[in-house]
Amino acid sequence: MTRKGRRLALIGSSLAVVAVALGLVLFAMRSNVTYFFSPAEIVEKNVAPGTRLRVGGLVKEGSVKKESGQKVVFAVTDTTRDIAVTYVGLLPDLFREGQGVVVEGVLDSHERFSATTVLAKHDETYMPREVADSLKKQGHWQGEAKAGAEAGSAPKK
Amino acid sequence: MIVEVGHFALVLALAMAIVQSLVPLWGAARDDEAMARVGAPTAVAQCLLVTISFLALTWAYMTSDFSVENVVANSHSAKPLVYKISGVWGNHEGSMLLWVLILALFGAAAALFGRDMPLKLRANVLAVQGMVSVAFLLFILATSNPFARLVPAPAEGRDLNPLLQDPGLAIHPPLLYVGYVGFSIAFSFAAGALISGRIDAAWARWTRPWVMIAWIFLTLGIAMGSYWAYYELGWGGFWFWDPVENASLMPWLSGTALVHSIIVMEKRDALKVWTLFLAIVTFSLSLLGTFLVRSGVLTSVHSFATDPQRGVFILAILVIFIGGALALYAWRAPMLKQGGIFAPISREGALVLNNLLLSACTATVFVGTLYPLALEATTGEKISVGAPFFNLTFGPLFLPLLLIVPFGQALAWKRGDLAAVTQRLIFAGVAALILVGLLWAVTSGESVLAILGAGLALFVIVGSIGEVIGRVWRKGVSLPLALRRAVGLPLSAWGTAFAHAGLGVSLLGLAATGWGVEKIVTVKIGEIVPIAGYEVRVRALEPRAEANYSETVAAMDVLRDGVKIADITPSKRLYTTRQMPTTEAGIATIGFGQVYVALADDAGPDRVGMRLYWKPLVLLIWIGSLVMAFGGALSLADRRMRVGVARRAPARLAPAE
Repeated sequence: MTRKGRRLALIGSSLAVVAVALGLVLFAMRSNVTYFFSPAEIVEKNVAPGTRLRVGGLVKEGSVKKESGQKVVFAVTDTTRDIAVTYVGLLPDLFREGQGVVVEGVLDSHERFSATTVLAKHDETYMPREVADSLKKQGHWQGEAKAGAEAGSAPKK
Repeated sequence: MIVEVGHFALVLALAMAIVQSLVPLWGAARDDEAMARVGAPTAVAQCLLVTISFLALTWAYMTSDFSVENVVANSHSAKPLVYKISGVWGNHEGSMLLWVLILALFGAAAALFGRDMPLKLRANVLAVQGMVSVAFLLFILATSNPFARLVPAPAEGRDLNPLLQDPGLAIHPPLLYVGYVGFSIAFSFAAGALISGRIDAAWARWTRPWVMIAWIFLTLGIAMGSYWAYYELGWGGFWFWDPVENASLMPWLSGTALVHSIIVMEKRDALKVWTLFLAIVTFSLSLLGTFLVRSGVLTSVHSFATDPQRGVFILAILVIFIGGALALYAWRAPMLKQGGIFAPISREGALVLNNLLLSACTATVFVGTLYPLALEATTGEKISVGAPFFNLTFGPLFLPLLLIVPFGQALAWKRGDLAAVTQRLIFAGVAALILVGLLWAVTSGESVLAILGAGLALFVIVGSIGEVIGRVWRKGVSLPLALRRAVGLPLSAWGTAFAHAGLGVSLLGLAATGWGVEKIVTVKIGEIVPIAGYEVRVRALEPRAEANYSETVAAMDVLRDGVKIADITPSKRLYTTRQMPTTEAGIATIGFGQVYVALADDAGPDRVGMRLYWKPLVLLIWIGSLVMAFGGALSLADRRMRVGVARRAPARLAPAE
C-alpha cells in the first residue's frame, strides 16, 4: 500500500468512527434522556401522558399506603400540586413522609404516575438537588429539618 | 500540638512545591545545571512533609481528638479503630489530603527512579509535577483545612456516614486515587517533553511503567468501588452510570488507550504526538473527575459537602491545567518530529483502531455525563441521562472493540497477515459459536443480547489465551519443550494475554446478568421461597445491638433440593448517632453466582419483606477486573519495562526542532 493509501485508510477509519459515535449520541439523545419536573410543572408544561420522566418533591404527610404485595401508593407534592405515585418494590432506606424524593417512571395522567425507581436522599445532609431547587424556587426552603414540617401545611404565598 | 505540626508541615510542603515548580524550570531553560537539579530533593522533601501532615491527621482520628472540627464531624469514639483510620479520607478535607499525599509520593518516586533521564527533561517533569502539587496544596490550605480547631471541643463526634463504615472505604479510595493521581506523572512527562521540545521512543520507555501502574490501580479501584456499591447499597446493582462512576470510567478508558498507544511509540517510534495528547487528556479527565465529585456540582454519596467556593477553586485549577497543557500542546506539538504512517493491517494498525474506538467511547461517556450539567447551566432545563443512553451509545462502540482484541494481539508488527490470523482464531470462533448454540438451545432463545455477549466473551478469552499457547505449542511439540518455551516467553506477552482474557471474563459476568432472577416478596418465618433452583427460608428475626448501631437481623438458610447449603444474615441497621437506617445485604456465594437478599422496612414480629436475587456468574465481573490488573502487573514485571531500564537505550537524543 502506498503512503497516500495508508494515510487515507487512517483518516477514513477515524472519520467513520467519529461519524458512528456522533450518530449514536444524537440518536440516543432524542429518546433516552429523561426530563425532570415538579408536579406543578407537569400541568404547567402540559406533559403528555405516557412520557418517561422524573418527578421530584416531598412525600406528602399521611399519604403513604402499602397495598397488597410490595405495592406502595404515595403522593409527591411540591406544595402547590400533588401527584399520586404507584410503585412496586422496596422503598429506599431513607424514604419517609415529609422528606424529599425523586421518582422515575411513566406519567399516566396529570394526577397519576407509575414509578419504576424511587430515589431518596443518601443521608440526612443530602437531599436530591432537584428537590432542594424546586423547594427553593417556591420559597419553601427553610433548611433540611424544617422542609419536612412545611410540606404538610398549606402553602404560604 | 501534633495537629498544629501537621498543619505547619502542610504549609512547608506548599513552600517546597513552589520551589520545585519554579527553580528546575528556570534551570532547564537557562542551562544552569545546579538549578535544574533542585527538582529531585524538593520533590522528596515535599513528600516527607505531606506524609507528616497526613500522619498528624490520622493521629487525631485515632485518638478521637474532638477539638479538631474535621474529627468531630466525621468520627465517633465508639467506632472500631479501622474505621477511625479509614474515616480520615471518608470526608472532603481528608480525602483531598490523601489525594495530595499520593501526588507527592508519585513525585518523589519519579525523582528517585528518574536519575538516568536527561537532566532537562527530568527538571521539567518535576517542575510540572510540583505545579500540580502547588495548586492542590493551596486548595486544601485555603478552602478545606482539615486541621481547623473547634472551641469549645464537644465531648463526642457526629460519627461517620454509616454507608462508609465498611472495609470498602479502607480500600476503594486509596486504590482509585493512586490510579487517578498516577496519571499525573504521564501528564508531567508529556508537559515536560513539550517544554523540552524533544520526544522519542526513550520517552515512551520512561513513561510507560508509570502509566501501567496508574492503570492497574484505577482498574482495581473502579472494580472495588463497584463491588462495594453492590453489597453495601442493597440495590443489587453494581454499575448505575452515575456521573460519579462515569468520572472514574473516563480516565480509565483514555488511560487504556494510552497504555496501548505508548507501546506503538516505544516499539515503532510512531503515534508520538497522539500519545502526548492522550497523556494530557487522561490526567485532565482525572482532574475533571475530582472536580465533579468534590465541587458539589453533583450530589451523591461521594460528595461530602457542598461549598460553592471550593467548586470555583477546583474549576480554576481545572481550567489552568487543562487549558495550559492544551495550549502548550497546540504551540509545541507541531514542532515535534512526527512518526511514520504504517500499514492498516498490522499490530500498530489494530492499536490505532483500539485507540479510535476507546476515544469514541470516552467521548460518549463525556457527553452523557456533562450534557445535563451544561444544559441546566444554560437553559435551566433538568434532564437525566441514564443507563438507556449509555447502553445505546457506549455498547455499540465497545463491543466491536472486544471483537478486534484477539486479532490485534495476534497480528505482527509492521505488516500483518489477516488471513493467517483469522485461521489461528478459528478455534476461538468455533468455541464461541458452540457456546451460543448451546445457550440458545437451553434458554430457548431468551435474552439474545446475553447469549451473544457470552459468545463474544468466550471468543475474547479463548482468543487471547490461545494466542500465547499457539506461540509455545503446536502439533508435534513435546510438553517439556512447550513449557520451556512458555517460560521463555516475555512476561509482557503473558500480561497482554491475561489482561485481554480478564476483559472477556468480566464481559461474561456482565452478559450473565441477563439470566438473573429478581423477586419481591413478604415471607413468614419458616416459609420457603423458591428462586432459580434454590430455596430461601427465614429461620428467625432477631433484634441486636452493637456499640454504634442497632439492627434487625433475619437469620436465613439457603437450600438446594431441601438441603441447607448456606447461612445468610441480611439485616436492617439503624445507626444511633445519625439516626440513619441502612440495609446490609445477605449474600450466599454459590460457584461464581450469588443469592442476594435485601430486607425491606416493614419487618413485623413474624414476617418480613425482602428483595431476592439470583445473580448467575456475577463474581466474574470483578474477578475479570482482577485478572486484567494481574495482566498489567505481569507486563510491569517484564524486564524491559522496569523503571530505569531506559538508560540502556541508545543515546541518540537529537533535538526535534
